[in-house]
Amino acid sequence: MTTGTFAAAEASTASGLAGYAWLLIALPALGAAVLLLGGRRTNAWGHLLGCATILAAFAYGVALFISSTALDPEERTQDLHLFDWISVNALEVDFGLQIDPLSLTFVLLITGVGSLIHIYSIGYMSHDADRRKFFAYLNLFVAAMLVLVLGNSFVMLYLGWEGVGLASYLLIAFWQHKPEAGSAAKKAFLMNRVGDLGLAIAIFIMFRELGTTRYDEVFSRVGELGSGTVLAITLLLLLGACGKSGQFPLQAWLPDAMAGPTPVSALIHAATMVTAGVYLVARSHPIYDLSEDGRLVVMAIGAVTLLIGCVVGCAYDDFKKVLAYSTVSQIGYMILAVGLGPVGYALGIMHLLTHGFFKAGLFLGAGSVMHGMNDEGNIRRMGGLRKYMPITFATWGLGYLALIGIPPFSGYFSKDAIIAAAFSAEGWRGWLFGGVALLGAALTAFYMTRLLILVFLGQPRWKDLRSEDGREYHPHESPLSMTVPMIVLAVGSVGAGAFFALGDRLAAWLEPSVGPLEEAHGALSHTVVGILTVVLSLLGAGLAFALFGRKPQPATRPERVSFPVRAARADLYGNALNEALFARPGTWLTRALVFVDNKGVDGVVNGTAALLGGTSGRLRRLQTGFVRSYALSMLGGSILLLAALMMVRFS
Amino acid sequence: MSWTLIALLLLPLVGSVVVAVLRRSDAAAKTAALAFALGELVLAGVTWVAYDPASTDRLQLTSSVEWIPNFGVHLSFGVDGIALVMIALIALLVPVVIGGSWADKLPEGRTAGGFFSLLLVMQTGMVGVFAATDVFLFYVFFEAVLVPMYFLIGRFGGPRRQYAAMKFFLYSLLGGLIMLASVIGLYVTSAETLGKGTFDWATLVEAMRTADTTTQIWLFLGFFIAFAIKAPLVPLHTWLPDAGAEAPVGAGVLLVGVLDKIGTFGFLRYCLPLFPAASKELAPLVLVLAVIGILYGSLLAVGQTDMKRFVAYTSIAHFGFIALGIFAFTTQASTGAVLYMVNHGISTGMLFLVVGMVMSRGGSRLIQDYGGMAKLTPVLGGLFFVAGLSSLALPGTNSFISEFLVLIGSFPTRPVHTVLATLGMVLAALYVLWLYQRVFQGPLRGTALVGVAGGPGAATAPEVGAAREVKDLGKREIAVLAPLVALILVLGVYPKPVLDVITPSVGATLSEVGVTDPVTAQEGK
Repeated sequence: MTTGTFAAAEASTASGLAGYAWLLIALPALGAAVLLLGGRRTNAWGHLLGCATILAAFAYGVALFISSTALDPEERTQDLHLFDWISVNALEVDFGLQIDPLSLTFVLLITGVGSLIHIYSIGYMSHDADRRKFFAYLNLFVAAMLVLVLGNSFVMLYLGWEGVGLASYLLIAFWQHKPEAGSAAKKAFLMNRVGDLGLAIAIFIMFRELGTTRYDEVFSRVGELGSGTVLAITLLLLLGACGKSGQFPLQAWLPDAMAGPTPVSALIHAATMVTAGVYLVARSHPIYDLSEDGRLVVMAIGAVTLLIGCVVGCAYDDFKKVLAYSTVSQIGYMILAVGLGPVGYALGIMHLLTHGFFKAGLFLGAGSVMHGMNDEGNIRRMGGLRKYMPITFATWGLGYLALIGIPPFSGYFSKDAIIAAAFSAEGWRGWLFGGVALLGAALTAFYMTRLLILVFLGQPRWKDLRSEDGREYHPHESPLSMTVPMIVLAVGSVGAGAFFALGDRLAAWLEPSVGPLEEAHGALSHTVVGILTVVLSLLGAGLAFALFGRKPQPATRPERVSFPVRAARADLYGNALNEALFARPGTWLTRALVFVDNKGVDGVVNGTAALLGGTSGRLRRLQTGFVRSYALSMLGGSILLLAALMMVRFS
Repeated sequence: MSWTLIALLLLPLVGSVVVAVLRRSDAAAKTAALAFALGELVLAGVTWVAYDPASTDRLQLTSSVEWIPNFGVHLSFGVDGIALVMIALIALLVPVVIGGSWADKLPEGRTAGGFFSLLLVMQTGMVGVFAATDVFLFYVFFEAVLVPMYFLIGRFGGPRRQYAAMKFFLYSLLGGLIMLASVIGLYVTSAETLGKGTFDWATLVEAMRTADTTTQIWLFLGFFIAFAIKAPLVPLHTWLPDAGAEAPVGAGVLLVGVLDKIGTFGFLRYCLPLFPAASKELAPLVLVLAVIGILYGSLLAVGQTDMKRFVAYTSIAHFGFIALGIFAFTTQASTGAVLYMVNHGISTGMLFLVVGMVMSRGGSRLIQDYGGMAKLTPVLGGLFFVAGLSSLALPGTNSFISEFLVLIGSFPTRPVHTVLATLGMVLAALYVLWLYQRVFQGPLRGTALVGVAGGPGAATAPEVGAAREVKDLGKREIAVLAPLVALILVLGVYPKPVLDVITPSVGATLSEVGVTDPVTAQEGK
């Protein structure tokens, strides 16, 4: 697959139902605008409007999907030009959308899961005075995310890319009473911007080398570029992906982002936004197809990240943060998959979709638990909750089985396929990446089982404790508006994987967008990998049972622990490194510059200015006649004026 | 002979006299000032419609009468697309500033009539700077706008207003004098080539084309230093934080929003077309200053403790972007730079106004005196945030279009500078969001918002006191900010009408320099 050009399906101009695809963005954006501008007047019905616009977008998305399946695969890529956005001579950026199987898949995920989480939020946020604002931001997020996946150029992608960053910022910082919320939101935005630099510079290179930023034009001509340029683009795009998707070395913001309300964690920081990096690589596959080295770096980042996520996930005691590191790790799998190239693009997207179901379900379950436990997030203060929250327990358990990859649940099909494909990579790569992916599966089963035991099984450790605000814990099942979305997602956790994987249904549908799924032939056959994965997962789960399930666990975390646990609790020192490399030197530099600017530059410049005045005087002497006398009088006048001003002194 | 520009010049001048006459009654003076400013806005709209971007005339709506025949000095006016958008920006900002300063507490013995009268005088001066097409006349306006601004800062400003006003005046005057030497040099050179000296801009552009590079460089430097002081490039920037911090908010908006753009406008109108060889020769130097300005200004903005100085330093960073765009010599970058000049006026103008609104509630300029203010003033918090987003060039806001154009346009000719400048994007996010966090987010705190209980420890734990009565934005304040918010969003999504006005004039400027775009439209498209 290094032929140079990608035989993309010619995009036809959108017609019929697809001609209204702008509605997908306009509906949620309109909802956000009404809720933000309408102010308190919309408090009573704002959340309903928020839900209605997303549901309408979902309904339209389903209709569009159905009408698209009726077309021939080559005709499923449609282009919708809305208006000229940024246009200066050779640079032409349309405000335009591309409707194709890949973007439609994301539309269904975003509006589908988005609808469920909107509905869930009605109940979850019912006690919050700012619920209207919450729904406005959630709508804003959906609109931006749809721009991200529907845009027909890298600049449109960038618009959505930073737009979802804004929504993420607003929602992480939503609970202002938490002092850490503002810092976490700022950190997320900043680390994302570091990634965005990569995306921006990649766009600049495309314009310089190809004169365009449109997907179809870039992809059809990327083969003209030298291999160094292509490698640079792949790495810069990957930097963008690392920022948005919490991949090494930009992973530290995602766990902190859990300061936001739980529906936000489920929708933005698990199911949709953080998977944008995977979308970016899959979307740009004609570029990645050309650079073996670029894809190797992608795979390496994915593999490193999936291990970091697993290891740290084993040590945390915060319900949502364990899930956050699990997300980091699962996205590592997806990045690894798309780094594999044509054997993995569709697999990465498949895992993204199944993960969207089960991880959103797991987060909503966590939210349901915390909702019933006075917003307690420490799993050591939980235990035995299965009796008190049967629906939550059941749906969470199904998500758990899907995540650790037990057949026939969703995760088994999507993760197992990635691990098998990883083993098919050439030579040592296959063994290394396949091995890492297998190890990750065992670790995943370990930390998820630990979570399951500490929260739902074992002794109810909360009975003798009180929450921070001094209340007793009275765990109870959540209202219908919360449990119904959890049940729907649980259905997805059970069945989606088989539905997508059997007969390569999803891969066939995605083919016009990401190319045909090549069959993986590796050192280990798919069957062997499948058996190994399940066995290792069971071993991981069994180990967790042996360690945590057989004796009562303390309600406070043990402090005398071995070095690996200490390291994992400290995020493997990622934050400490950031602090030492950037934050502290940065603070020092800033302070020094402020001092220099106030004391030094000011004085030096005043002196230099006087010197320059003298130089111009010499220049003036060169001139002759009237001009000179005129200039002299002008100078004299200015001095007089100056003197007068100084004497008047604003008396 | 077109009268539109002359009317634009005279209307605020008449207004200032009327307002000065009415100054004994605050209400009458204010109403008259607002009426004249709105009239000017309507006139600017008429001018916008009368201007034809598709025309091949380099300058339009021209008019000219002799002033000093001995030296060939004319009162001649005309605009290109670049000057037109700046005049439109002035016409927009002055009524906003008048609305924003409506209820300002003035220093003892000063009247609102005096303040608004000076504002309107300044408006005439600013329009003159952008509309003048005679180089000598430009110089006169260039110096003339100093006077009203000097008095606005010196009479109506903060505690250190006299120092700041004098520093501002000295810097600008000095720059102006250096420029005067070059203006005269231009005249002499034209006399040598044409046989008869002239100050007419278009004639000078033709005459200078053949001038040798050394002459061009000397004359270029005279203009450049004056402009680099105005649109402060590091290291000539130190007057701006003082002037910006001490100026009353309304004057600060015009100072940073418009007055400083005279410098960047000057680069485009005078440095580039008059001295093409020198421009190409010295561009590398200017580009280094531009990139230093972006990084230095951003880092200093991060370190500021005073909100108004903060805004001034962010502007220094933004001026770095504008200078980068102008001297990268591509139509994308330079068009972006001109749009940046407009957008910066809107977004930094708004930032200045919202900072003023915070200060008028808390009574302090210091960031540390605030905290958790969004709880008390959610609408002010939201609008402050919008101004901040525009300042950090978030896609979807106006500033993104200009910053993106500057960067993507500069990259083909100056990749290293562009990549360094791109770091400014991260720093911008840091300084904006950190300021917002300290002032608006988290629990309510800070001596400006929470009455401090007496006794030891009160200073370290100011949250012990009761919340002061702090009101959210009133209707007037919302009405002042609303047009700016609307422009931030509309120009972020649909900048085409403005870009279409700017692009042809930028193209003409660059062809006067003699450079062509490295990236050209693909064939067959």
